[in-house]
Amino acid sequence: MGDLTEIRIEGRGGQGNVVAAYMLARAAFEDARFAQAYPSFGPERRGAPVSAFVRISDEPIKQRCQISDPLYVIIQDPSLLHVPNICAGIRADGGILINASTEVAPARFPGIAHVTSIPATAMALRVLSEPIPNVALLAAFLTLTELIPLAAYERVLAHRFHGQDLKSNLQLVREASSYVARSSWKEASHAAAN
Amino acid sequence: MLQPIEGSAAVAKAVALCRPQVVAAYPITPQTHIVEGIARLIADDDLRCELISVESEFSAISAILGAAAAGSRAYTASSAQGILLMTEVLHNVAGLRIPLVMTCANRAIGAPVSAWNDQQDSMVMRDTGWIQLYCADNQEAVDTTIHAFRIAERTELPVMVCMDGYILTHTLEVIDLPTQEQADAFLPPYHFARTLDPRKPLTIGTLVTPDFYTEARYANHRALIRAQEEILAADRDWEKISGRSCGRLLSVNGPYDADVAVLSIGSVMGTLSDAREQHPELGPVKLIKLRSMRPFPIDELKRACERVSELIVLERALSPGGGGIIGPEVRAVLSELHSPPRIHNFAAGLGGRDIPLEIYPKLIEAARAHEVTRFAIIDVDIDKLAVEDR
Repeated sequence: MGDLTEIRIEGRGGQGNVVAAYMLARAAFEDARFAQAYPSFGPERRGAPVSAFVRISDEPIKQRCQISDPLYVIIQDPSLLHVPNICAGIRADGGILINASTEVAPARFPGIAHVTSIPATAMALRVLSEPIPNVALLAAFLTLTELIPLAAYERVLAHRFHGQDLKSNLQLVREASSYVARSSWKEASHAAAN
Repeated sequence: MLQPIEGSAAVAKAVALCRPQVVAAYPITPQTHIVEGIARLIADDDLRCELISVESEFSAISAILGAAAAGSRAYTASSAQGILLMTEVLHNVAGLRIPLVMTCANRAIGAPVSAWNDQQDSMVMRDTGWIQLYCADNQEAVDTTIHAFRIAERTELPVMVCMDGYILTHTLEVIDLPTQEQADAFLPPYHFARTLDPRKPLTIGTLVTPDFYTEARYANHRALIRAQEEILAADRDWEKISGRSCGRLLSVNGPYDADVAVLSIGSVMGTLSDAREQHPELGPVKLIKLRSMRPFPIDELKRACERVSELIVLERALSPGGGGIIGPEVRAVLSELHSPPRIHNFAAGLGGRDIPLEIYPKLIEAARAHEVTRFAIIDVDIDKLAVEDR
């Protein structure tokens, strides 16, 4: 349990929030680690705020309680920044990754070690012609944290997509990955390990 | 093969490995993904099976009762109000000794309406005469599903496989999904000795006068008790094939001589296990996982509690006006011990309320208190209630 990393993904119903959580857990599996991913429980409505959660560990994960104090929060929809306490419970040594067309001032989240923005929807529109931000966001997240090698994530995408779709998604991964500073959140990952 | 997969999708695949011939179901959250998964396997030609879309859960269970009686391996899944609508037929399935398997994706029942998890739905069906097996994780849900068909068919009793809704059904985790060869080696083709056949007419479900009703009930009760042997044999035999046990009827984890124990059921076991690891300062504690609620494992429970002085029973349902449901049964059985433990009975996690790691120190503290807690809902927030409701 010592190395347990907990992540919350905030988005809106229909944006691929649960898919993102499942993809992250699958990437952990590809990296020979243990993972658990689940959506916020209850009725689902398109467009309504929804959360999804991921636990990643080197050991089997037994606990099934809700994640209340994640190390990382990924925000898929910039309009959610207006929701009070969207980053509730986040650990001070953690990081917030925001999908936003313009840089969100880290000062909006005082006391949080890392706040990074990336225009993931715009990138996805350009590369995939679809406004689906999750592939780019996860690529950026894994580049910032180096929690799981990007190669493991790319293998997950290769299970999910084929042909031109796969090519485009892998290009999106490369673009999103080079947009952020590699391993610049790693401090937080180390803190999690201790 | 090890793979990351959602609980419901894994159960759908486990059902398919058992080669059901008829599946009937009516959608209700959180069960829906299971039957959707089976429907997809049928549509993709990965499973040859008759899928019956019915207009209610009453029809779903009735349809598979008929299918099993007519010689087909049959399955359904439901939750909450859906299970309640089946009530009359659930009793009939058990009384008629029809081998069926149903997954209960556990969900709270209304009113007030709740779409979230607890185990009230299956617990109110405790006395229907179904075998009830509870799963602590999705691997157990997969393996118990496969056990269930063999247990049902060997005992001619229906089996309800209970898995916590959302907490298990909607969670993706790494599961070892058995192969078709493994499943086939374990589960022979369906054969029902009393199959309805116009060439050899017989009646199923006749009127029984007072001359025989008592004997029929006695036989049913005895059949449930004898089913313990088949539940154990299924777990043992599947362990030989898969390398995994689901924990027999009841299993104990922790130091043999611990004098404090927590008994619970379902997916909260993992949380309790991690919490115990985080709190070594609270001393040695045994965790007792109850898997078979019916038949109730009387001898195993007594053995597990022989050296225990403080036993906490934690459950996700209650009997309003009485207290717990599992707690009183445990208390009754353990009263037969030479020196029974003090038994503290708590409910928690009703209608989707999270059971956090922090419940563990609270439970252990309660066990050390001077007073025994006969029954309490440990996570109730009294301040939310009007004064007259407190």
